[in-house]
Amino acid sequence: MAHGPATMADGWIKYASRWLFTTNHKDIGTLYLWFSFAMFILGGAFAMIIRAELFQPGMQLINPEFFNQMTTMHGLVMVFGAIMPAFVGLANWLIPMMIGAPDMALPRMNNLSFWILPFAFAILVSTLFMEGGGPNFGWTFYAPLSTTYAPDTVNYFIFGVHIMGASSIMGSINIIATVMNMRAPGMTYMKMPLFVWTWVITAFLLVAVMPVLAGAVTMMLMDINFGTSFFNAAGGGDPVLFQHVFWFFGHPEVYIIILPAFGVVSQIIPTFSRKPLFGYSSMVYATASIAFMSFIVWAHHMFTVGMPIAGELYFMYATLLIAVPTGVKVFNWITTMYKGSLTFETPMLFSIAFVILFTFGGFTGLMLSIAAADMQYHDTYFVVAHFHYVMVAGAVFSGTAAVYYWLPKWCGKMYNETMGKVQFWIAFIGFNITFMPQHFLGLAGMPRRYADYGLQFADWNMLSSVGAFMYGAAQILFLFNVVRTITHGKPVEDPQVWEGAEGLEWTLPTPAPYHTFETPPEVK
Amino acid sequence: MENSHRSLLAKLLAFAVAMFMFAIFVLPPLYDLFCEVTGIGGKTDGLYKAVAVEVDTSRQVEVQFVAANNAEMPWEFYPLEHRVVVHPGEPRAVNFFARNTTGEDMIAQAIPNVLPNNAADYFHKTACFCFDNQPLAAGEQAELGLVFILDPDLPDNVNTVTLSYTLFDITDRATVAVSQAQ
Repeated sequence: MAHGPATMADGWIKYASRWLFTTNHKDIGTLYLWFSFAMFILGGAFAMIIRAELFQPGMQLINPEFFNQMTTMHGLVMVFGAIMPAFVGLANWLIPMMIGAPDMALPRMNNLSFWILPFAFAILVSTLFMEGGGPNFGWTFYAPLSTTYAPDTVNYFIFGVHIMGASSIMGSINIIATVMNMRAPGMTYMKMPLFVWTWVITAFLLVAVMPVLAGAVTMMLMDINFGTSFFNAAGGGDPVLFQHVFWFFGHPEVYIIILPAFGVVSQIIPTFSRKPLFGYSSMVYATASIAFMSFIVWAHHMFTVGMPIAGELYFMYATLLIAVPTGVKVFNWITTMYKGSLTFETPMLFSIAFVILFTFGGFTGLMLSIAAADMQYHDTYFVVAHFHYVMVAGAVFSGTAAVYYWLPKWCGKMYNETMGKVQFWIAFIGFNITFMPQHFLGLAGMPRRYADYGLQFADWNMLSSVGAFMYGAAQILFLFNVVRTITHGKPVEDPQVWEGAEGLEWTLPTPAPYHTFETPPEVK
Repeated sequence: MENSHRSLLAKLLAFAVAMFMFAIFVLPPLYDLFCEVTGIGGKTDGLYKAVAVEVDTSRQVEVQFVAANNAEMPWEFYPLEHRVVVHPGEPRAVNFFARNTTGEDMIAQAIPNVLPNNAADYFHKTACFCFDNQPLAAGEQAELGLVFILDPDLPDNVNTVTLSYTLFDITDRATVAVSQAQ
């Protein structure tokens, strides 16, 4: 190796410049992962404030205006700051190593797409300290709440969303270019690891819909500042149009979040089952059809706007149809485990929990997709419970599994298995205590996004808050375990790390050197 | 940068820009068109030029009028007749009453909505105060006129049509061409 990366020993200026100007996919992956963990803690802190306020009925800690800002910021920070960058970080680290490429295709753009993110979130979070407060209209920012009735700081929010969108688009273009142009000889599309496949499809979704989000906020910006009437009924516009545009972005967005998670789990389950993934090609086709269908079901988020019955029926049946490819995936994961030599290391525990809890969230999703039933569930805690089962037990669990699974390869040290398992059980139990009762609250009629509730909801809310504090504590343990591994972990030398692991990244030395696959490997 | 990367980058960027344009310039007109075709949202058409049609005296349809103020609009605003019974094809004039209860000159805009949705296309207006914005000086009042014709092709299952107006305060934004809104 000609020269390694600068370390603290070279002086802090050199060390800081290394991170600031890095074009190395591993460095950028690391930056993305740490940034997303910081955002995860911040969004988690907002969630703790929400659950603390909802611990008892009545107003205890914060006022309703601030509560609204907390629910909004929690959603925005978690979706755009924690989950999405976490998977981009994994993609940066792993895709070049998995397809036998020396780096990402567009390394300078890679640097740019990361470094604009901290600015986007600095702008967004700074609004909390401004006069009028931060965004308070929910993470879905429906007009006219986000236009006519928005705080003045909404312009900062719009600017922040634009930057995040630009970052995501650049990141996705980079991933598509890397996978299409830089695969090692012999690495055909149908030999790519499933994580790479799910990410390519996700990247196409991102390039298609992030501009639509940018369009939605641009129309908001013009309505607020330049007197247009896209969403303003007084000028001939229509607030319902906002919901259509938003969910045209928003529904593919939920698959953008979950597809890479599918990919991660499809790597981990075969390893700890010591069997190849069952039904590889059906997994690829299922992922592609989920991605396609995500574009034609958006209005199931808005069954209550007064759609004609034909529209409700169409969106209901189309949504139900998505259960088919998703069912194929769940079937394949379970069949991979069937008669395998299973061991239950921390990444496997998180992956199995993913399969179980994601399926649970999928079933509540099916309940919500029934238009007639949705009239009752709409905007209740049932919806909150549903999407936390798929976002937290889905995306966040698989992200945690991914960190535990690849951490030894990244830093050459093994994490503490006992601590990992303790974290898993606290997270698993805490998660279910938090969100299972929210199903009951929603079915009993508790609406979401309110700072207070009727006395009949008190018991389940208190339980839910206790679970949330447990789940939050598990994340502190996670942080501690990761930092402890990096500083004091037991060194690992076996390139394969895990007995059953397969794929190009496990043929590299452990820890993965700064530059890898400078001569492409031969894939048979 | 390698040429293969460059051309892919250009294509994907162009695709992203196209999707942005699609969201701003295609989706909203498409949505309006869709609503107009299907009658969703109860949008009525603009000024209607009356054509000679035979009045269908065998059929009676009740037309109800609803008036509402948007958000903080302080005006008094109500229909002078709450319901009329008409034959399809027959022009009918009705009046709404509006009074500016504030001490300031204001400009308002009424936005119509017709229920049921499948009646929206058959509710024609040959004159309507909703085609223009309505300036009223402080304390001033006015009767606002509307002439409508129900199309004889009105679907058979429609016996009652409800026309609602929501009055918006557009004083601050009246410089914008609001009169194009129906």
